[in-house]
Amino acid sequence: MQTFSGLFNYWIVIVLMMMGFYMVISQHNLIKKIIGLNVFQVSVFVFYISMGKIKGGTAPILAEGIEIYSNPLPHVLILTAIVVGVATTALALSLTVRIKDAFDTIEDDEINALEKADRAKEREALS
Amino acid sequence: MLTRSSILRVVSKLLIPPIMLFALYVQFHGDFGPGGGFQAGVIFAAAFILYALIFGVDNARNAVPAWATRTMLASGVLLYGGVGVAAMLLGGDFLDYSVLNADPLTGQHLGITLIEFGVGTTVAGAMITIFLIFDGRLRAEKDD
Amino acid sequence: MAVTAYSLVRIHNLFAAVMMSGIYSLLGAVVYVVMDAVDVAFTEAAVGAGISTVLMLGTLALTTRMDKETKLVVPIPLAIVTVTGALLIYATMDMPHYGDPGAPVHHHVGPHYIEKSAQEVGPPNIVTSVLASYRGYDTLGETTVVFTAAVGVMALIGRSRRRKKVPPKTDPASKKEQET
Repeated sequence: MQTFSGLFNYWIVIVLMMMGFYMVISQHNLIKKIIGLNVFQVSVFVFYISMGKIKGGTAPILAEGIEIYSNPLPHVLILTAIVVGVATTALALSLTVRIKDAFDTIEDDEINALEKADRAKEREALS
Repeated sequence: MLTRSSILRVVSKLLIPPIMLFALYVQFHGDFGPGGGFQAGVIFAAAFILYALIFGVDNARNAVPAWATRTMLASGVLLYGGVGVAAMLLGGDFLDYSVLNADPLTGQHLGITLIEFGVGTTVAGAMITIFLIFDGRLRAEKDD
Repeated sequence: MAVTAYSLVRIHNLFAAVMMSGIYSLLGAVVYVVMDAVDVAFTEAAVGAGISTVLMLGTLALTTRMDKETKLVVPIPLAIVTVTGALLIYATMDMPHYGDPGAPVHHHVGPHYIEKSAQEVGPPNIVTSVLASYRGYDTLGETTVVFTAAVGVMALIGRSRRRKKVPPKTDPASKKEQET
């Protein structure tokens, strides 16, 4: 039981991560894939932050009378990671808009079919 | 698009200046409480996005023209690098703030304030640019 | 949070899915506060529930509204996900427990930052002092990444195109250039 309560936070984060991973690899719509990536990212951040917490500690801001602080190093890394994550999401969304312009759909199986048709047409034109 | 709803217009006119003020507060109080450059930049951009959503992209473009956002974007990174190079010129390593002033603690404080301002400017400029591009394209598609 | 994530897998209306992802980020921010990470919670709430949701809504307005109906349980991805999840859970058996002060991550650099930050750097907010002074070079890289992302979006969709549908191979020829 001690193991369960001590490790429960890791397990729930792994469950969240796997749901996000599932969204990325199984959904056909591009926007849902990006949302799945977002879910995956947030759960990874929760994982890191949960590793940095110390029992009985407080936020790492120096104040009078407080002895134990939580470890600030994961906070710094995750802060950077969140901003980089939003930059990546913005670029991915703009790529989606461009794909919509070029193929008029954002379901990736339709896009694959259209690509194959284009390539077949090209090969015919060359031969 | 949402310009006809007078409730939204009045409330947003009341809210946007305090939001920008809060963004500046978060920026400069990053040393003493939670906050710092990134949060301040995002909140500042959120105020602008609110304005663009309610009053339209053209009004937002009149308020912040293209050259202004581009300057905001680039000057933040330049300020950051500039502080680092200035530290090098004054004798220390790259981004070593202690040499910026006679007293190393004041030098650190000065360096941190400057670079957080640079970070906030770049983040705000980037978010505003990205949103205005998305919204401008939406407007162009609707007009045709 | 698990309920939100599960509903995201099932929802077909994309507008509702984007809203749910905003709620998911907000719940993540609440969890960060519970774990004493106030700076991170601030950033996650502002960025995840604010900017991310707005940009996704903008993309939705430029593309479609509904997801195409797909099969609910797809066998191969489900198998991959289950195997990976089981491996990860097996890997966490060796990890330190939640909140354990004796974990190795708290031994080397963390206490150094906490103890020396007041004398060497100054500001009471340790996260800012680490971010800006001890790890200032990383923050420079991060700012450059944000700058590059904005430039990338400008390059990808900054120029509007002529209204008629363009075939994929001749894109540059029929693009009409316009100042953003």
